[in-house]
Formats: sequence, C-alpha cells, structure tokens
Amino acid sequence: MSKQRKAVALISGGLDSMLAAKTIMEQGVHVEGINFFTGFCVEGHTHAIRAHDKAKPKRNNSLWVAEQLGMKLHIVDVIEEYKDVLINPKHGYGAHMNPCLDCKIFMVNKAKQWIVENDFDFIITGEVIGQRPMSQRKATMPIVSRESGADDLLLRPLCAKNLPATLPEREGWVDREKLHDFSGRSRKPQIAMAEQFGFDDYAQPAGGCCFLTDASYSAKLVDLWKARDGDKQYDLDDVMLLKVGRHIRPGQNFKIIVAREEGEGRFMQGYKKEFITLHCASHAGPLVLVDGSPSAEDLFQAARITARYGQGRDAEQVDVSIADKDGSERIIQVKPFAADEIPQEWFI
Amino acid sequence: MSREILNARRLLCPLPVIRTQDKVKQLKAGDQLEVVCTDPGVMQDIPTWCRINGHKVLETISGDHEYIIILEVGG
Repeated sequence: MSKQRKAVALISGGLDSMLAAKTIMEQGVHVEGINFFTGFCVEGHTHAIRAHDKAKPKRNNSLWVAEQLGMKLHIVDVIEEYKDVLINPKHGYGAHMNPCLDCKIFMVNKAKQWIVENDFDFIITGEVIGQRPMSQRKATMPIVSRESGADDLLLRPLCAKNLPATLPEREGWVDREKLHDFSGRSRKPQIAMAEQFGFDDYAQPAGGCCFLTDASYSAKLVDLWKARDGDKQYDLDDVMLLKVGRHIRPGQNFKIIVAREEGEGRFMQGYKKEFITLHCASHAGPLVLVDGSPSAEDLFQAARITARYGQGRDAEQVDVSIADKDGSERIIQVKPFAADEIPQEWFI
Repeated sequence: MSREILNARRLLCPLPVIRTQDKVKQLKAGDQLEVVCTDPGVMQDIPTWCRINGHKVLETISGDHEYIIILEVGG
C-alpha cells in the first residue's frame, strides 16, 4: 500500500490558498493549514477595535477556510522573527512598506521547518504567476523556492502547469494533469472554481491581507521610525496603535493619537498606564494618547487639539483633563483649535 | 482532569487563539481551559478553532466587555 502523503498549505484566509489546498485534498493527500501572524495582518484586529463594524459577523478567515475544507489549522506567532523581514528586506519594499517577496520567502521557509518537524512531505501555496506585481511573477517563483530552502517541495497547484514539475509531481504523489495553469491578474478562473466547489462566502480583501500594503499605515510606520531617530525596532503595541485613531504630530518630540469613535476609545483606554492621556472634561469628546516627551507647552497644544475633536469645538473655553501615566490628573482650560488652525502637515 | 485559566485580556484576534492553541498543547485530553478575553472576536474564533481541532466548547459567557470561553481538550 502506498504511503499517505501529507502536505501543509499556507492559508491566508483568501480564496487562492483555499482553492490550492482543496485541489490537493481532492487528490487524496492529507492537508493541514498553517497561518503566520506577523502583527500586520488585517485579519481580525480592525474589526475588533472599531465599534462601527459590530454589525458585521466577526470571523478569522483562515479559520473559516480551514473549517470549510475540514482541515486542521496551525496559527503561528512570528511577530518577533518578522521584524528582520520588515526592517532588512533583501528584495526591498513594494509600493509602500510591504516587503512582499521577502515575506513570502520567510513564510515558505517557516513552512519548510514545520514540515521537517512534523514529518510532512511538501508545501502548498496559492500563488499564481502574474497575480501580484512584486511577489507573484514568473521571475520570483524560483526565487521563493530557492531562497526559502523549500526548493522542489514547494507546489503551487493553481499555476503548476506553467512551472517545472516539482518533487510531488515527479514522484506521483499528486497528478500534474489535475493541477492548473492559471496566470495573470484575472480572478475569473478562481471564481469559477470556487463556484464548482460550492464556496460562496469567501473573503475578498480589497487592500490585501497586510497593513504594510496600505499607504496611510506605512506613512505612520515611517513617521514612528523617524521620530525615534531612525531606530526601526518596534513592539506589538506600536503596531497596534498605528491601526487606530487619527495621528497628529505637532512636533518631532511628540505626537497625539485621537480616538475616532467609541470602539477605538475603549481600546485605547488599555494604554493609560503607558501614555499621557487627555480628554475633554466639560464636554463629550474622544480619548487622546500622547506619545513622546511633550513639554508643558506641547501639552497645552495637545489639549487644544483634544478640544477641537470634542463637542465643545465651537466653545470659547473647554476644560481638558490631562492624566499622567501614574493616574494623577489635572484640568486645564483651553480654547479649541479652529479647523484651519491645525496645519495639514501635522496629520500623518 | 485539571482546569486552568488563561488570561487573554487586551489581546486581539488571532492572538487569543494562538495563546489558547499553545496552552492546549500543554494539557491532556479531558482537561478544561477557561479563556478570559476582551476581544469579542473570540466568540467566533475560539469555537471555530475548537471545532477544527477536535476540542469541545463547554460554555461561552459574554459579560461587560469581557468574554469567557470554557473548553475541554479533545483526544
């Protein structure tokens, strides 16, 4: 009797990786999913923070995909290791701070380590030649295979027929004829295949699955590094706080983060011991965090901005509470900034 | 059979799922784990994770901005 072959599929939560895994499962291979959490994944976080998303069902799409396919999913925390990928990408960044090619190499390398440790035979990804401008091109496919160390243990079922046969194909673990020859940016073949399998509620993230592909998020990250004199180290709280609020930098030595709605305000409450916080005491208004080393004059300016975003924005005077990290609190009176008094260049 | 508590407050999904997954690896079949979270997303994600990995959700409790899931480790 031939050995039951086992593959691990990189599952992002999107349609392509789902179809790639399904294609191989259909051939009788035992497939389990693996999902890497870098800290920058769009999945989950923003939904959890922002109150206005409450009406939408909250789900992690990689878990949803695994359940649809009836396979196990291993979610791996790679936050620490990923820092080197983001800070020193050998192949550079994409349009923003997205090191997509290095990221793919990193993840396939982690999957390679995983199959060795867990006695699996090969790796599946949902890559399609020409689907993504940086990481999924004909020229980058062999780079990912080679530099990840996966070599011909890496099978891309959706475009395998456009690539040299891998070990699983040559050894007959999978039938190459039942693999696919998708290429380019068109989604039509994937959508047709999803229909064929009866998948109709899959995720289609408009901006990709990573915050680093987002212009606004990337600008905030670059600003954070500049404010730290070029020190690019970061922790998870830094990553999280770049996802919430309106970021305003009146000076190199400090910036303020203004909650945009109730959910963000509640989330930011959890940082009151790490940041100076402000809120309007005489009127309703948002919670504001101050990051950096502000002077008394800077805090006065921060208070005027805080008042600007509260319901007393048109009042002559607003009481603003300033709380230190130790919880001690004082109230100052300020005149709110008018809309045109806050320079555009302060907005990150 | 043991019962343990995992504090996953302030963590946003998928971190509560990852912490649950890591904790469950240290437990034996039949052990119970109470996961205490503040991200409402866990009410969807941890039961899904349990279903696909063969564990059983015994109880879910939604409180005032706090969510508790009690699960039993599968074999």
